[in-house]
Amino acid sequence: MTDLTKLTISAALDGMAAGDFSARELTAAHITAMEAANVLNAFITKTPEIAVEAATASDSRRAKGETRKIDGIPLAIKDLFCTKDVLTTAASHILDGFVPKYESTVSSNLWASGAVMLGKTNLDEFAMGSSNETSYYGEVINPWRREGSDSPLVPGGSSGGSASAVASFSAMAAIGTDTGGSIRQPASFTGIVGMKPTYGRCSRWGVVAFASSLDQAGPMTRTVRDAAIMLEAMAGFDPKDSTSVDMPVPDFEAALSGDIRGLKVGIPAEYRLDGMSPEVQALWDQGIDWMKAAGAEIIDISLPHTKYALPAYYIIAPAEASSNLARYDGVRFGLRVEGDDLDDMYARTRAEGFGAEVQRRLLIGTYALSAGYYDAYYLKAQKVRSRIADDFKQAYQKVDVILTPTAPSPAFGFGEKGDDPLAMYLNDVFTGPASLAGLPGISVPAGLSSDGLPLGLQLLGKPFDEETVFRAAGVLENAAAFTATPNDWWRG
Amino acid sequence: MGMIVQGATGDWEVVIGLEIHAQVTSKAKLFSGASAEFGAVPNSQVSFVDAAMPGMLPVINEMAVEQAVRTGLGLNAQINKFSVFDRKNYFYADLPQGYQISQFLQPIVGEGKITIDLKGGESCEIGITRLHLEQDAGKSQHDQHPSKTFVDLNRSGVALMEIVSEPDMRSPEEAAAYVKKIRSIVRYLGTCDGNMEEGSMRADVNVSVRKPGDELGTRCEMKNINSLRFIQQAIIYEANRQVDIIEAGGTVAQETRLYDPVKGETRSMRSKEEAHDYRYFPDPDLLPLQFDDEFIENIRATLPELPDDKKARFVNELGLSDYDAGVLVTEREVADYFEAVATGRDAKLAANWVIGELFGNLNRTGKNLADSPVSANALGELIDLITDGTISNRIAKEVFEEMFDSGGAAADIVEEKGLKQVSDTGAIEAAIDAVIAANPDKVEEYRGGKDKLFGFFMGQVMKATQGKANPGVVTEILKPKLDV
Amino acid sequence: MSLDKATVAKVANLARIKVEEKDLDHLAAELNNILGWVEQLGEVDTDNVEPMTSVADMQLRWRKDEITDGGYADDVIANAPGREDGFFAVPKVIE
Ligand SMILES: [Mg+2]
Ligand SMILES: [Zn+2]
Repeated sequence: MTDLTKLTISAALDGMAAGDFSARELTAAHITAMEAANVLNAFITKTPEIAVEAATASDSRRAKGETRKIDGIPLAIKDLFCTKDVLTTAASHILDGFVPKYESTVSSNLWASGAVMLGKTNLDEFAMGSSNETSYYGEVINPWRREGSDSPLVPGGSSGGSASAVASFSAMAAIGTDTGGSIRQPASFTGIVGMKPTYGRCSRWGVVAFASSLDQAGPMTRTVRDAAIMLEAMAGFDPKDSTSVDMPVPDFEAALSGDIRGLKVGIPAEYRLDGMSPEVQALWDQGIDWMKAAGAEIIDISLPHTKYALPAYYIIAPAEASSNLARYDGVRFGLRVEGDDLDDMYARTRAEGFGAEVQRRLLIGTYALSAGYYDAYYLKAQKVRSRIADDFKQAYQKVDVILTPTAPSPAFGFGEKGDDPLAMYLNDVFTGPASLAGLPGISVPAGLSSDGLPLGLQLLGKPFDEETVFRAAGVLENAAAFTATPNDWWRG
Repeated sequence: MGMIVQGATGDWEVVIGLEIHAQVTSKAKLFSGASAEFGAVPNSQVSFVDAAMPGMLPVINEMAVEQAVRTGLGLNAQINKFSVFDRKNYFYADLPQGYQISQFLQPIVGEGKITIDLKGGESCEIGITRLHLEQDAGKSQHDQHPSKTFVDLNRSGVALMEIVSEPDMRSPEEAAAYVKKIRSIVRYLGTCDGNMEEGSMRADVNVSVRKPGDELGTRCEMKNINSLRFIQQAIIYEANRQVDIIEAGGTVAQETRLYDPVKGETRSMRSKEEAHDYRYFPDPDLLPLQFDDEFIENIRATLPELPDDKKARFVNELGLSDYDAGVLVTEREVADYFEAVATGRDAKLAANWVIGELFGNLNRTGKNLADSPVSANALGELIDLITDGTISNRIAKEVFEEMFDSGGAAADIVEEKGLKQVSDTGAIEAAIDAVIAANPDKVEEYRGGKDKLFGFFMGQVMKATQGKANPGVVTEILKPKLDV
Repeated sequence: MSLDKATVAKVANLARIKVEEKDLDHLAAELNNILGWVEQLGEVDTDNVEPMTSVADMQLRWRKDEITDGGYADDVIANAPGREDGFFAVPKVIE
């Protein structure tokens, strides 16, 4: 029998439909793979019993001819999504023992489509990070290593556990969240596909909030087609989220026509950074050639405020976080550290419960909103954000999609960025602007670095035009024909 | 008249502004579907949204928007078709989100004005600065356990309207009249039940003092006072305290103070002062609140006649005195009752009966209008009996007492007790003749010029007929007989 | 603009995060490093620019006034580290 973990979602659905294997067998294979990959620390909580039960139910539905869209597909869920009766941590000490009595809308949608939960994946604490080094539950390790080296690399972040689970074939697909690049950058680092839909496409209800105006859920898969299938199952209008958009969910898979003749692809001048890695630059040029060869029209564009996206992001996201994370106070859930009085209890609980990076961002955010500084920081950043969004609006007068690298470098080693937070923040340089503008974006694995690490290219689309993004991504994927996989050193 | 504090250095004027928190009348909370009803088992009217569980999001209740607009129209205020919800950030045990969703720079209702009614029929205008929508907090109980505070989130997320006045009031009486008027308006509109004991209406009172004509002084805010009496006491105490400080060479610190009704004093709430940096910013979980003119006009079309308009109509069209009209319009229920009584009848007579006999008896028995044993219809029937001459005014009062005690109908009581007025001239003439015959000396005195004795004869005749004689008929027959 | 130790302490208090006195200097340096980098936003002309509100051209949706939630007190307090008699329990607050 073939290794079921190597299948794509579409192939697995075909296989189950043909009766080649059952959902239970598919799930069992993934549970075995997940257990064998313990060293990667991709999961905070594994739920094999729940998975087996769900797979059994899936098989009986299929037997009765009541098969749903992604029936029997085993998935990993970023531990930022609240899951009913299953520990939910946001990778933070402060959520110790928190077992929600409710299920996030996105995960509910997936279960309603027949999917199976393997477990909850690790992440940077409260999704704040780009390397998965800030989790209270320990670092996540990238299944990829540099050629000829066995030193561990980061999987990117914050959805690093989800990326590592998919790249190590522990899960067929995973869901992540992207606030400034947290789906796309780890996808690039681990050689998988990561899709951040338009803000408002997926419900935020039941997702632990980091920065409310930026957070968006999305799929992490091994193919573009799988990402399209997953997004269709996740997305949809949710009356419980006031920022959810009341629009029908298109058939994303049907958008993968393979034909981009005449498609206008924009290449933003400002993304050619000084000192950018030559291999990233080379891959980007290669991507441009692929698109051209497929009949697309390449158009040079300008996004003049690109350079200000990260500083704006690192005011807006922490400011919103400083307010969103005020609810972690030791009163209604999670960790409590007793103190002399109520305020002391708050201060001790939050000092012990939040890690260093989260604390740093909460302080920055609190300062940026405080009396006398609001206009200079928060309001200014939101105005710059308008200008960045406007840049994209102008560009989309001329082009249908924009092609850029996903990240400025391949995966790096633990601690390699030193202790300068700014060096880490630069990971989001290509993903952050689209997050601020709320636009859909996808990272597609497109090549290997000279030392054998995956590199992704990013396609950005117009608001709610995920279909064009998927169509272009499908063509890019075909052209790149990226088939490399990490050697499975982690299997004990 | 303004309140004057006579200090050692001269007279001081008191300046008062009020922020009233009024609970919106609605079934569910402002941003969640949990019940907004008062009083229930702890935490039983709490959704995961109200408890600020991770990942929970607010969705606005349309009724709260409608009620805020309705109230704004009732306050003659600017309605803002575009407004913004902000987060007001601070930590407190009964504030689960760590922020209150409120409106800061762009409230749903802007400037307006109302007229307040003062003693002696005077009235004056008070400016409304704004009205905004916001969430209520939960409730802390500090006396249930020796070392712990207990928190119940049933109130958490209930919709409030905060109505902010201009610092236009100059005395405790004006402040009380303002609160009464706001209460009257929201009750007319049905946007808040105005129940101060249950806390569905409470006031933050801002007080400062100044020498007449000077700039505004530094103000202190006394939070959450829920009775008219305490509001007035707090103002008096606070004004005197501030004058004492300034005259002793000190300066008043701008701060939040707590009014202690037991001690009758205000004291500083330092704890609330420290973190007075609320870091307001627009709530990213919500979009700006928008509606069109049609929405406003639809609400305007359903507005009831408000107390001021009603009062003007009672004075101008029904001929009531300013005072009577004012008394009758304060509560919509009273005004409706009165109008039901007055329709098709003499309005002044109806007003006298409602204000005099009805209120008197309600007061005496500690009853509300809602549980009055005498319906408007029944009182109307009683008045009809007076007007058509069936009973005299004096008898009618007796009948009313009986109606109030037994709940019976006026006509039945009159019939049963044989209280019908006698207009039969034969019977009356006989009684008159008997009275004249029995009092020859008084007749002599009257005829000698002592006109005032006419009342004596009237009284005697009425007595002889057990009050049932029609006074008009008695006069008509008695006068010529005496004046011979 | 530059943050001094006292401001960091004040901000930490606003954020209710206990910071040891000995850590204030280091923290101030870190925060200043980030804020210094953010200063470049000053180069962007934002006169007459409205701050961003929403990606989609949409209006706030309203909910009907119906009771659709609540009534599960046990679930509400299920995760509380301190609870008594159906209440959340916290250290006594003196007003
Ligand atoms: Mg106030
Ligand atoms: Zn308020």
